[in-house]
Amino acid sequence: MTHGRGYLKEGVLPHMWCAGCGIGTMMGAMLRAFEELGFGRTDTVVVTGIGCTGKLDDYLVTNALHTTHGRALAYATGVKAFNPRLHVVVVMGDGDGVTIGGNHFIHAARRNIDLTALVLNNLNYGMTGGQASATSPASSITSTTAYGNPEREFDICALAETAGANFVARATTYHGWDLQRSITQALTRKGFSLVEVMSPCPTQFGRRNDMKETQAMLHSLRDRSMPVAQYRALPACERVNRFPVGTLVDRDEPGFVERYALVQQRAAPEARIA
Amino acid sequence: MQGNEAIAEGALYAGARFYAGYPITPSSEIAEHCSLRLPQLGGVFIQMEDELASIAAVVGASLAGAKAFTATSGPGFSLMQENLGLAVMGEVPCVVVNVQRAGPSTGLATKPAQADIMQVRWGRHGDQSVIALCPATVRECFTLAVQAFNFAERFRVPVVLMPDEVVGHTRENIVLPAPGELDVVDRKAPTGKPADYLPFAADPDGVAPLAAYGSDYVFHVTSSMHGRDGYSNNDPANATWRVRQLHDKIARHRDEIVLTRTFDVDDMDILLVTHGATTRAGRAAALEARARGVKAGVLQLQTIWPFPDREVAALAARVRTVIVPEMNYSGQLAGEVRKVLGSGVDIRRVNRWNGTIIGPQDILDVMLRPAAAEENA
Repeated sequence: MTHGRGYLKEGVLPHMWCAGCGIGTMMGAMLRAFEELGFGRTDTVVVTGIGCTGKLDDYLVTNALHTTHGRALAYATGVKAFNPRLHVVVVMGDGDGVTIGGNHFIHAARRNIDLTALVLNNLNYGMTGGQASATSPASSITSTTAYGNPEREFDICALAETAGANFVARATTYHGWDLQRSITQALTRKGFSLVEVMSPCPTQFGRRNDMKETQAMLHSLRDRSMPVAQYRALPACERVNRFPVGTLVDRDEPGFVERYALVQQRAAPEARIA
Repeated sequence: MQGNEAIAEGALYAGARFYAGYPITPSSEIAEHCSLRLPQLGGVFIQMEDELASIAAVVGASLAGAKAFTATSGPGFSLMQENLGLAVMGEVPCVVVNVQRAGPSTGLATKPAQADIMQVRWGRHGDQSVIALCPATVRECFTLAVQAFNFAERFRVPVVLMPDEVVGHTRENIVLPAPGELDVVDRKAPTGKPADYLPFAADPDGVAPLAAYGSDYVFHVTSSMHGRDGYSNNDPANATWRVRQLHDKIARHRDEIVLTRTFDVDDMDILLVTHGATTRAGRAAALEARARGVKAGVLQLQTIWPFPDREVAALAARVRTVIVPEMNYSGQLAGEVRKVLGSGVDIRRVNRWNGTIIGPQDILDVMLRPAAAEENA
């Protein structure tokens, strides 16, 4: 056990993320999950996009592909479709994953492409100065919604479930071990698996939304989150300002890799005749 | 066989085993043909949600070891520019076929044009060089598709194959090259110890070996500025070297990349500079001119970028008039020719931009006009 250190590039710590940010926590959980599952450096490809979360690949010694904003899932789809033996893990923020990249997100889920997406949701664009993203809550204050966000936010997990993902879980960076367990589960599922990782962004989001202290957003995640079963047992009126954590969807439908193998089988006899 | 089908077959001949695309007229036959053929060959055809995703998946597959390509047209090609930039920056071999149609915007969706010449060259942000090839016949669709992959693999660059709609949809009989008849180039693989592999450390030829994800060689690729090891690097000295190297690996092999053909140029007084569909019209016009006692010859540009400046200059030095027919309004190719030849030369443009093709008579009319007529007349 090295707590995932074997996947970390030497000499890169301390990382660049702000005090109180959850990206480092998520990275740690992901690397411990890799170790738990015995992922090798050579057969693992971490694909990232742009933003605070997109910087994550700089710390790793696995294969990595750092891509353009919002397109990480599309790049990853090409990697996995051509070489299904690879473990392909896509790490994005909420801007990358479901705002600029929303179209790729729903189609990756619909296609049920066999890869794991970790979407770190810190409710805004941290790196560019705290602008509103598609997950900024309605009425929240960001650097582009000074009078309150007039738009409603996406529920990332509901989006993935509806679009057809095999596995959907939500975790927070407050609950480190639960987070790691969700990531481990996601990495072992076929088809498209998603873990939404709720994370504080004290620097940009917290300070504008009455959570000025570094730990305030973390405490908010602790206080608002609730195990799935418990959450589902609540009447709708009591769900306000709460969100479920844990496994939300766990289906066993064939993924793209399995379905495409059938396509190749059907095509093969024709090739022999030709 | 149709031009678009010949492009698809040429790609397969070159070893392409991955296609990701989004349907768009007049390129869709390439996707359809690949959806039929690639699964037969154990390859992958995947229809993506848009053109942004198509080129992204192509780049991902290429890094997993595939010879990979996509095909599109005008609006789709515009959408691909951003991720094409990543292919340049990350030095990822791939081929993009842009079957040119008339714009602006969705324009004349089913009609031909040659108006993307400058978009191919300059369409992406940042400063970069590209390789672009343009076939004039169905056979060239096949052979230049093979050549496009060879250049992409040899130089670790995206290559744009840019037929116009006329060539893409032309049907003619061709003899397909036998296996082994055309050279097929594979990317240079690393040979040293995996621990020592630097994916962007160029060999003396300006090109670094490229591993595949899943091999013993672990590597990073990024759209951001990076060092020889593939990790982010914002040092000005590194950026100075990096951008220069991206340009230089194409510029220094320019003679290998620039492909042209000439017809009846030995005794000519008038030079036609053609590409794609204007080549046949130009040759017909030149033959008709000779029948009327005017000695005309044709230089066909198969490589558009890097621009065949020396080839144009060498032939233009022997004539009194240069004629550049092209299916666009602003004379994109003529502008390049003017840049090469300077202001003292009689360069005449023949342009059409309304979705109809340039015929031999259009060229002949301009050719037989008295000398010293104004450019743009």
